[in-house]
Amino acid sequence: MARALLNVPKTVKRGQVFEVKVLISHPMESGQRRDERGAIIPRDIINRFVCTYNGDLVLEADLFPAVSANPFFAFHVLAAESGTIDFAWRDDQGAQHSESRPIVVE
Amino acid sequence: MITRRRLLTLSVGAAAFAALAPAARATPAEVQALLRSLVGEGKPRPGRIKLDLPLLVENGNAVAMTITVDAPVSGPDRVESVHVFAEANPLPNVAAFHFGPATGRAVVSTRIRLATSQTVIAVAKLADGSFWSDEIELLVTLAACLE
Repeated sequence: MARALLNVPKTVKRGQVFEVKVLISHPMESGQRRDERGAIIPRDIINRFVCTYNGDLVLEADLFPAVSANPFFAFHVLAAESGTIDFAWRDDQGAQHSESRPIVVE
Repeated sequence: MITRRRLLTLSVGAAAFAALAPAARATPAEVQALLRSLVGEGKPRPGRIKLDLPLLVENGNAVAMTITVDAPVSGPDRVESVHVFAEANPLPNVAAFHFGPATGRAVVSTRIRLATSQTVIAVAKLADGSFWSDEIELLVTLAACLE
């Protein structure tokens, strides 16, 4: 099932703004395509993605079929305290996934 | 109440419609309606948000998009969310991003699908209640595959 590449720096300086990159392996089936018999292939996309830092919201995304397969996100976080950056996402089949990465703030 | 005959006519009609209708497209009017439901009265003003998309798209299946909002991430005029709409995709909604207190900068990048040449609109909502927009009209040579 959905694997993800998460690019989070290991250590950052306090007050620094750093970039986080996320690449999730998912077909993001749009629900617009048809199979060889002409039947619509049911929609199956990641419809929600949330990133939090020590429990504080960084970014929450509502996604639609117009987001490409294997969705990629890049955004910025403000370094405050050492802890974890948590990622969670949910697809149309109700499957929930979460990943977390430790981060050290110097 | 739905009788069996009614159900039959309905499903035959629906099947015929599905066969005749080409790939459904959103329209600029639908996007305007979505904007109204987001913004309410008034219109988003141009500026303070920058939508970065290539003007000429070779492959509509994965188009790199970056949205930059010229607003702080804290304080009374912090950025709350950005919303992206595509006028000629099957669905007008593309994505909505909500920024939280741990955000470092009001910038977000992703990759999107574009079904055809069209105008893409991004709207930023600030905490002071103001809305700002940017739009790009682009050419797509290879459309996102619908077949």
